[in-house]
Amino acid sequence: MAKISKKKVSKKSLKKSTKAPDKVTAVVYDDEEDLNEADDNITSEEEDEEDDGGDERKRQKLLEAISALGGKRKKKLGERSEAAVHMSEFTVNAEGEGDKIDLAELIGTIEETPAVPARTKKQLKSLQQSKRTIECPLSKQESERIQRDVAFQKASAEASRWKGIIGQNQRAEQLIFPLNQEPSGPKPMERVVTGWKAQTPLELEVFALLSANKQPINDPILTPAEEASLKAMSLEEAKIRRAELQKARALQSYYEAKARRERKIKSKKFHKVQNKGKRKELIKQFEEMVKADPAAALEELNKIEMARMQERMSLKHQNSGKWAKSKAIMAKYDEGARKAMQQQLEVNKELTQKLVTSLNNEEEKEKEETGEAEVIPDFANDAEQGLDSSNPWMRGKLSEDLTDKEIMIVDLTAEEATANTAEKEEDEEKAEEVEETEQETLLREFDSRRKLRQAEEAKTGPEICVDDEVESKDEAEVLDASDKEEEELSKFTSLFRGLTDRHCDAENEQAEAAAVGSHMDAQLEEGLMRIRTLEDVELLIHKGSATDEAPAQPQLPPTTETLPSATLKEGKNRKRKRGIQLEEILTKETKVIQVQLTPTVEDTEDSNEKLDQRGLIKEAFAGDDVISDFLKDKRKQEEAGKPKVDELTLPGWGEWGGMGLKPSRNKRRRFRVKTAPAPPRKDQHLPSVIISEKRNSSISLHQVNSLPFPFENHAQFESTIRSPLGRTWNTERTVKKVTKPKVVTQLGAIIEPMAREELIKDKKQVSVGNKSSVDLGKRNY
Amino acid sequence: MKVKVLSRNPDDYVRETKLDIQRVPRNYDPTLHPFEVTREYTRALNATKLERVFAKPFLASLDGHRDGVNCMAKHTKSLSTLLSGSCDGEVKVWNLTKRECVRTLQAHEGFVRGMVVRYCGTSFFTVGDDKTIKQWKMEAPGYGEEEEPLNTILGKTVFTGLDHHQKDGVFATCGQQVDIWDEQRSSPIRSFTWGVDSFSSVRFNPVETELLGSCASDRSIVLYDMRESTPLKKVIMTMRSNTLCWNPMEAYYFTCANEDYNLYTYDMRYLDRPVTVHMDHVSAVLDVDYSPTGKEFVSASFDKTIRIFHKDRGHSREVYHTKRMQHVICIKWSSDNKYILSGSDEMNIRLWKANAAEKLGVLAPREREAANYSQKLKEKFQHHPQIRRIAHHRHLPKSIFQQTKELRIMKEARSRKERNVRKHSKPGTVPVVSEKKKHVVTVVQ
Repeated sequence: MAKISKKKVSKKSLKKSTKAPDKVTAVVYDDEEDLNEADDNITSEEEDEEDDGGDERKRQKLLEAISALGGKRKKKLGERSEAAVHMSEFTVNAEGEGDKIDLAELIGTIEETPAVPARTKKQLKSLQQSKRTIECPLSKQESERIQRDVAFQKASAEASRWKGIIGQNQRAEQLIFPLNQEPSGPKPMERVVTGWKAQTPLELEVFALLSANKQPINDPILTPAEEASLKAMSLEEAKIRRAELQKARALQSYYEAKARRERKIKSKKFHKVQNKGKRKELIKQFEEMVKADPAAALEELNKIEMARMQERMSLKHQNSGKWAKSKAIMAKYDEGARKAMQQQLEVNKELTQKLVTSLNNEEEKEKEETGEAEVIPDFANDAEQGLDSSNPWMRGKLSEDLTDKEIMIVDLTAEEATANTAEKEEDEEKAEEVEETEQETLLREFDSRRKLRQAEEAKTGPEICVDDEVESKDEAEVLDASDKEEEELSKFTSLFRGLTDRHCDAENEQAEAAAVGSHMDAQLEEGLMRIRTLEDVELLIHKGSATDEAPAQPQLPPTTETLPSATLKEGKNRKRKRGIQLEEILTKETKVIQVQLTPTVEDTEDSNEKLDQRGLIKEAFAGDDVISDFLKDKRKQEEAGKPKVDELTLPGWGEWGGMGLKPSRNKRRRFRVKTAPAPPRKDQHLPSVIISEKRNSSISLHQVNSLPFPFENHAQFESTIRSPLGRTWNTERTVKKVTKPKVVTQLGAIIEPMAREELIKDKKQVSVGNKSSVDLGKRNY
Repeated sequence: MKVKVLSRNPDDYVRETKLDIQRVPRNYDPTLHPFEVTREYTRALNATKLERVFAKPFLASLDGHRDGVNCMAKHTKSLSTLLSGSCDGEVKVWNLTKRECVRTLQAHEGFVRGMVVRYCGTSFFTVGDDKTIKQWKMEAPGYGEEEEPLNTILGKTVFTGLDHHQKDGVFATCGQQVDIWDEQRSSPIRSFTWGVDSFSSVRFNPVETELLGSCASDRSIVLYDMRESTPLKKVIMTMRSNTLCWNPMEAYYFTCANEDYNLYTYDMRYLDRPVTVHMDHVSAVLDVDYSPTGKEFVSASFDKTIRIFHKDRGHSREVYHTKRMQHVICIKWSSDNKYILSGSDEMNIRLWKANAAEKLGVLAPREREAANYSQKLKEKFQHHPQIRRIAHHRHLPKSIFQQTKELRIMKEARSRKERNVRKHSKPGTVPVVSEKKKHVVTVVQ
């Protein structure tokens, strides 16, 4: 509904308007609901009629008061007086300007004008008839809030466009500032010359000549002919490539034909020979693999093992088949049949023979190491996985075993198939190797060798870690002993489990606390000491070591200090009981105590499978005597720790030497070197504990005792530490690559903030993709 | 008969030219180098020690102001020029290479509140306590000429801050409200208000050049878009922010220096919690400036120290202080990423190295390679306790040291109490509030 705000006029203008001939003022009474409007209209009309100003004002007030009684909030319309109307010098006055303009009046003319489209007319009519009021506009605060919200959305969307570039820069290995650098060195001629034009007649003539002969005007650009030849080069390349492809296809078809032919050959001897050759080849490859890639070799070994198992299970070469039976009948009379059977059995023997290689042992060792390398925290975390109550000793390592099993299951394939796949793999590897440059292969070899060596070295590393575990064991033991000596050791195991877990938790917390302090993020260690010289730094180290020792010690003392007291207290009891207990109780079956652990997601996921696995493990470890194994282990360790007597006697020196002659006792005694006996072992009086004596506190001062932040596991961290950076161990190129600084700035160059052009550049790169990269490559030259 | 002869290819051991370095054949087989890790560890340790020994960040002090230095401005086109305004209304232009003042002018009566160099570097603007904005030529007036501003705009209220657009002739001031000015006009083309608060600083986003941020005295940070008629959003924190600085390389990040001793890095799009809280100062942080690479920023504090933070680490990597430096009021990171300039209460401007142990000047290639290598070594072994201990050691004045300790104790006590309250109340009633969330009161749209 169109409402035109009424313009009230001052008294003077009113008088004027009355002079004018009686005009028709269309008084429109709006809807009854619209009280205000009606009131206003009434007032305006009456204003017209009345002359007396004073009266009129009073009346106005009265009317207002009445309308206010209506209860509805009245909105006062804006008052505005227009001076221009009655000050007109031409004494032209706008007739009826005090009146209200009606929509009908305005629309009236539309009916007559043919130019107005019918649709508009319709719309206007409906507008005239509709009696709804316009909804009142939102309050200023609300509308502003909406505006702000919209504006913010827009701005943040705009800012978000930078996300890609920001991410890219954060991930970049090296950033060079200023960002949009002009390449140094001489600029190409065309860029320098762009602004310049030939002016003198001579120049003009020269340029005309050049252009006529299709010669390049600027120096580095090629002639059209040259460019064309360049393009032709690409065609040649395409030809070469096509030829290569053809050749490859032909070769493939030859191979296929050959294979088909060979398969059709019926001669048994031929196949026998061929199989033998293949087997030999396989063994050769395997031996190579043992050297080059132990992991793959191990897998292969597993496969072979699997095949053996299948052979054992099957009755294939057991001389129990139809053929064998028929031969058995013939065997009495026929030498050949007997021989055939013998052969058959031999084949069986061969196939079921266990393969023993040096690799096997090595791998096992490695496995153990990796197992050990996973220090307590991981083991503590994995505890839910090892819910298996049937074998508490397996808790720590369960997950690994499972993976192994899975591999075994997956590898249940026929022997031939494995052989085939192996061959294929070999081929592929070869192909790859051909592609690789010599240098790379060399580097790879180095790397693998390095890893091998480090793995050997790592033996010492993990054991230090193991110490912690051992210590915790120790603590547990002590506590246990002091609490209830007569309790069965089976209970002890579970208790110990809980304790270690708690200990681990505590350790974890400690580690976390340490990590908080030890991040890169870590606070600066601010002190009152100032470093001026290298000596100061040395001093700092000593101070540091002193402080570092403090947190390191708390781990040790509880064992060393509480141990004697505990042993003193119950030393006698212990001495009496220990021997008996060990033999009698340790060999007993352990009682299973169900300990509730927090339920995990994994538990709920595949309980069925788990049950199966549990059963499997139970079965697998049915015959194992873990405890006696442990005792053996301990004894072995003790043996290893004992000082060895070195005999340095060289036979034949100062005496007669030869077969059957021994150097004299006197001489042997003289050259016998006896090392001092080692101090008593810490676990001397602890029957169920092995404490490693290899821990060296002076080294541990320099070692990282918790996993630093960005790393996810120990192996990751160790591998970064293991790979050297210096040029003593790396080629020049590698060193350059490895020691590239993250941010490079140019000396004396102003680094401008990132410009919008970067965004456009980025977009282009994304959209154009491959092509642009090729172009960029060209442009670099 | 077969005769075996030693044959060697001279290519393997003869240099091509006399200028080449000698070929040193080397066997890189790792089995031949069993002590690589230990050797590198020693090298890293030595590099760390040397770094600490060579860490002498203080370069020079520029004195000449007769009152505290209140604001500074970097020249946009020249690295060696610095402008500084003091509390007595004096503006000085410095030549950093010669370390001397080249020009002095009395710009305002009362404080010089803000100063900024136009993007072209030919003129600069100052605002002061005398309610004026003045534009000055960068060159000193010729002989006999008087020092006069190019333009002077008289405002209705005091201006407290000033910043210039990155590319256009538009600048922004703040005071009672945030105004956007066209250089050609004497009245603001736009002014933003939101409530009735005074603003302490306003900064243009250097990347998304139409965006602005400002710090208000009602503890809020308000964002604006120059093209819109209304502000965008504001976040109210527990305490007032003094200044803010946008990251020059990452469009939507900015860092604000807060009164509660911390700095907060925000993502413009998500104001409800800061991305990082940077702690270490022991008094109000007064100013902050990003390095031009956008990787780090430097902050000046009332506790008389300067600290350098990595943009996404919670603690500082470096702290600078001298005996004579008082409350540091303004700070700038030079636009070649090498130096830091600090202006402080006791009338001096100090020039620091951004990397304390870095060697200045041109490095020979071998020198640079060695530096890179030792840097990588330090990074590689940074987690080892001995090396960390040395690398993180910093000397602090006694008072600050004590204060740090005190603050730590207070913080621990507070967290302990909170923990205890949580322990003794119904689970869920006392939720754990992260450090990031703790300082944001609300976000107003």
